[in-house]
Amino acid sequence: MFYRESGDFKTKYVDDNQTFPIKLDRLGYYAIIAIAFLVVPFVINDYWANAVMVPFLILSIAAIGLNILIGYCGQVSLGTGGFMAVGAYACYKLMTSFPEMSIFFCVLISGGITALVGVLFGLPSLRIKGFYLAVATLAAQFFLVWLFNKVPWFYNYSASGQINAPERAVFDFLVTGPNATAASKYLFCLVFVFILAWIARNLTRGRVGRSWMAIRDMDIAAEIIGVNPLKTKLSAFAVSSFFIGIAGALFFSVYLGAVEVGEAFGITQSFLVLFMVIIGGLGSIFGSFAGAAFLVLMPVFLKNVMVGGLGWPTDIAAHLEFVIVGGLIVFFLIVEPHGLAQLWRLAKEKLRLWPFPH
Amino acid sequence: MAAQNATTEPSSKAPIMEMKNITLRFGGVTAIENISFDIREGEVRAIIGPNGAGKSSMLNVINGFYHPQEGEIWFRGAQRQSSRPHEIAKQGVARTFQNIALFKGMSTLDNIMSGRLNKMNSNMLAQAVWWGPARNEEIRHREAVEKVIDFLEIQHIRKTPVGRLPYGLQKRVELGRALAAEPKMLLLDEPMAGMNVEEKEDMSRFILDVNNEFGTTIVLIEHDMSVVMDISDRVVVLDYGKKIGDGNPDEVRSDQAVIDAYLGVSHDD
Repeated sequence: MFYRESGDFKTKYVDDNQTFPIKLDRLGYYAIIAIAFLVVPFVINDYWANAVMVPFLILSIAAIGLNILIGYCGQVSLGTGGFMAVGAYACYKLMTSFPEMSIFFCVLISGGITALVGVLFGLPSLRIKGFYLAVATLAAQFFLVWLFNKVPWFYNYSASGQINAPERAVFDFLVTGPNATAASKYLFCLVFVFILAWIARNLTRGRVGRSWMAIRDMDIAAEIIGVNPLKTKLSAFAVSSFFIGIAGALFFSVYLGAVEVGEAFGITQSFLVLFMVIIGGLGSIFGSFAGAAFLVLMPVFLKNVMVGGLGWPTDIAAHLEFVIVGGLIVFFLIVEPHGLAQLWRLAKEKLRLWPFPH
Repeated sequence: MAAQNATTEPSSKAPIMEMKNITLRFGGVTAIENISFDIREGEVRAIIGPNGAGKSSMLNVINGFYHPQEGEIWFRGAQRQSSRPHEIAKQGVARTFQNIALFKGMSTLDNIMSGRLNKMNSNMLAQAVWWGPARNEEIRHREAVEKVIDFLEIQHIRKTPVGRLPYGLQKRVELGRALAAEPKMLLLDEPMAGMNVEEKEDMSRFILDVNNEFGTTIVLIEHDMSVVMDISDRVVVLDYGKKIGDGNPDEVRSDQAVIDAYLGVSHDD
């Protein structure tokens, strides 16, 4: 009854264009932002940060990035893991080569470097589409992982072939390395998520976003109304890779701390982020968050229920976890092929009319 | 009424586009063979012909989707070099499609806004920040788009995803998307196919209004002869890739070759 547009008149185009046109949505959004910034950092502990919040935030960034490419521009990519690796190794090289540089800028520049690499591997998209493009990006995945394994310069000739994040601080709070506190890691990632989600929303609502969606929905018509396919597709690859590169840099420096490329950024990582995007909802920023939350929280939740709650052995629980998560993915895709975002949209549609049936 | 138009309007108006000896082949098939005609500024020019006559191919040549092997295209006083469709769109050519080619995942408003993409130029950084240039640009173009929406009387479906709209309205939204680009020349590929009489009347009215109010040159492919004869100033007739007639509707209607090829040879006697 309170969730509705009526009575909330829009008299300017600016008002009509706002992200949350319904008042209750706006309030909810402000509330979530306030809780995320002002409450959570004070109550978060190491377990919640490392098992839930930090991976959720970082993978949300990757999911938004991939969603821009697949959901908004319609270019399928299986190279996410490889691009995250680019971000991670770029961040490592920057951190070790320029120890005085703020970690914040290291992560940002890593995103920029990944964007360039993404554009390079996006070039085939000008000639090939759909599944064939997916296969071409798969080549990027394997090539990049191979590259970071083979060329010792990338891991500073360390004997193990691993990269380890040195300790870095923001305003005297350690955010990387083993001594970083849960709250500072969480806040550092949250700032990136907040800024990048806002940027993603801005890009998708205006000129750039419409060009992407035009290419996605009907590329021939898009070109005939004046969209340059070359620029549009490459810009999608660039922005998407920028996001994914930042996610990779954070994944390495803040979350894992030490990385072996094939393990952390292999093809499974690509698929994980792809599933997040598909389950969450293609072409929806909210969906990217929902998908990331689903695939990060669900295993943790199941593990806690089965091992902690029911007292089953961990190996059985681990296997069952795969079965259940897999089953849930199939279930969700059958119930709502357009993902959690669409479920949410339908729920809101119902809520708007409640308590009346029509 | 329109026939009257054709005779009263100054036929001395300069051509906006001239096609000279256009030949288009696909492998061994010749889709268009040595066709020349001109399109004058501000007229409604119809292209008619039986199925497979090369009408749509001709439209695709005009907006740069196909590149003819031979011949010259002159547009607004300059010979066209081989250019990509998006470059030609920037020169002021817009079109609608035989099969609706709307962006299915977007709302009516977004579809029509996308018609103005080649007029928008705020850079990526401004877009990312949104406040400032990008937002101002968006508002400015939104005002222009709202005029198109008013003109086509589709205010009520502004926020509806186009996939949910009935056929006739989708056609209208597609026309809106083309109009939003404020084209010098508008290409319409069977704008009335599959419509009922009322929808056809609406569409004819919109086409004539566009032509009168904005002075837009219109190139039209249509199978409904009564519509073509009513609203067009001049008609070019194609058959098997060749031009068999050209002139105002009355001339074309009485041309024996056209009657034989297109309107059918009379079997009464």
